[in-house]
Amino acid sequence: MYELSKNATNFFMTKTPKAMMNLVRTFIFGLLFGLSSYASAALEIEISGGGAQQIPIAILPFGKSPEVPAKDNLHEVIAADLQRSGLFRALDTRGMANLPTNSTQVKYAEWAALQAQAMTVGDIQPLGAGKLNVHVQLLDVLKQSILADMDYQTSPNQLRYTAHKISDMIYKKLTGENGFFSSRIAYVNKSGKRYALMVADADGYNPQPLVSSNEPIISPSWSPNGEKMAYVSFEKKKPIVFVQSLNTGERKIVANFKGNNSAPAWAPDGSKLAIVLTYGANSQIYTINDDGSGLKQITKSTAIDTEPAFSPDGNWIYFTSDRGGRPQIYKVSANGGEASRVTFEGSYNVSPHFSPDGKSLAYIRNDGGKFRVAIQDLANSQVQLLSEGSQDESPSFAPNGRVILYATKVRGRGTLAAVSADGKVRQRLSESSGDVREPAWGPTVK
Amino acid sequence: MLKPFNSKLVLVAVASALLVACKSTPMADKPAAVEDKSPVATKPADSAPAADTSGVKEVVVDSNANNTGNNPLKDPNNILSKRNIYFDFDSDAIKAEFRPLIEAHAKYLLANGNAKVVLQGNTDERGTREYNLSLGQRRSVAVKKSLNLLGVQDKQIETVSYGEEKATQNCADENCFQPNRRVDIVYEGE
Repeated sequence: MYELSKNATNFFMTKTPKAMMNLVRTFIFGLLFGLSSYASAALEIEISGGGAQQIPIAILPFGKSPEVPAKDNLHEVIAADLQRSGLFRALDTRGMANLPTNSTQVKYAEWAALQAQAMTVGDIQPLGAGKLNVHVQLLDVLKQSILADMDYQTSPNQLRYTAHKISDMIYKKLTGENGFFSSRIAYVNKSGKRYALMVADADGYNPQPLVSSNEPIISPSWSPNGEKMAYVSFEKKKPIVFVQSLNTGERKIVANFKGNNSAPAWAPDGSKLAIVLTYGANSQIYTINDDGSGLKQITKSTAIDTEPAFSPDGNWIYFTSDRGGRPQIYKVSANGGEASRVTFEGSYNVSPHFSPDGKSLAYIRNDGGKFRVAIQDLANSQVQLLSEGSQDESPSFAPNGRVILYATKVRGRGTLAAVSADGKVRQRLSESSGDVREPAWGPTVK
Repeated sequence: MLKPFNSKLVLVAVASALLVACKSTPMADKPAAVEDKSPVATKPADSAPAADTSGVKEVVVDSNANNTGNNPLKDPNNILSKRNIYFDFDSDAIKAEFRPLIEAHAKYLLANGNAKVVLQGNTDERGTREYNLSLGQRRSVAVKKSLNLLGVQDKQIETVSYGEEKATQNCADENCFQPNRRVDIVYEGE
């Protein structure tokens, strides 16, 4: 991780949280307005909150030669990415007289005066045959030095993706952690009587249907390499577990046993899935290969055992069970055996989902009639309630563990929301039509 | 005169009838819009590796209406056309008022050894989808056990759950929640 000098942050450190929030809002709405010409934007993002430790960064407009298509303003995409992470504050550069596109033209004092600690300059040049080269430099404003100097070869319709890769690069350089901007999310959109399992970029753009049906689709689960999706479809009037390739659309039934087949969750090595089968009154957890072979029963109880989640090391399966009377989270060896209880606070804790480092567990708690996202530190069992809704569901972590995506309801309509794992930054993503639910954050695309 | 509560029940029954009139067919493939996303960073020292996020291929799963004939299961004057059994909150106990309905279906299944039913359990919208799926199953199994006690064999019965998937959304009170807590009886081929 690169250590930026911290002595230029006083101005914003002394702002009140409310003023900070308004500033952030104003900035983002400005951005959204600027981006409103995108027809492909299906999920609209609204951000609030933010900590005082955010890195102020100026993402300058990229220089363009006239042949370069005007769509996709890279700097706006990058600024929105960084802002959304909660760790950066993207500065408004529109009032600046000089907007350099190369480090040699930068007058650092102007940017230090804007309180910027870091900044980027760059340009886009045609390479011929429809290819483009994006050159970007990440600069330390106070030390007046170049932190990164990168070229990305891309094409006009890949510019947004390139912007996300640049955001990942900046994030990694300045925080020391991997970014998640080039990852994708899945969710289910219900429009009228139609259900569609969608895959979109992490910022909600570029949504594409993976499967659609007149019957419900629930519980999407990404394979660890991001190439396959497991999900539950009711298209045969009962829940059946499918696995579908994202590239080819090839889809296979993994589990279609008598009764219910549901709650798929991949093992971290991608070798198998945990699923839930319910033949009698009580759901039980099994593991199965993604071709439907090798079925093995993991839990054997006279209670509901469901919502399995592998620990990132693959050794444990955490799950929801009402074996103690009320639903709580338990864990069992991934090979089966005795289960032990994980959650003790509250009378209703369900839907466990691991952080990528295995240190935290996100789940849903019924908090006095409100279903909210909670995060538990597995080392000291401390619990923090993160979400503010009343019907929140389906928490899943960003690939770097910094943000949790979940389903919520706003004025009765299903939408997606995200909250930073420290609870400080909130976002809402709403589709212009339909009801959105069952989000799942996919892995970073390598 | 119908009270609002009853008219909701009627709505649910109509919705179920529409539901059982649909038969799912295998999915039809749709051409893929495969998109190549491969920006390549050309300064290797500091650059991101070559990326290949793939496009996504859509599969469309459609249902066709396929409903025929005049049979007792569809005759609105026959109790066999009644298919909904309602439950109390957090309960899978079958209330006495639904005994005649269950007995009629048991009699039909015993007389028609080839007939098969799927019992679809449902819950209201409160709680998570997968947990509700499991809770709905307990209700369908409760109805199955009643049919078993009346002599119907397991091979004629499948118990499944829709959980909260068919539930009325955004309920504010019990009159809205209540009709969602039910088991629907669906005959094979409907």
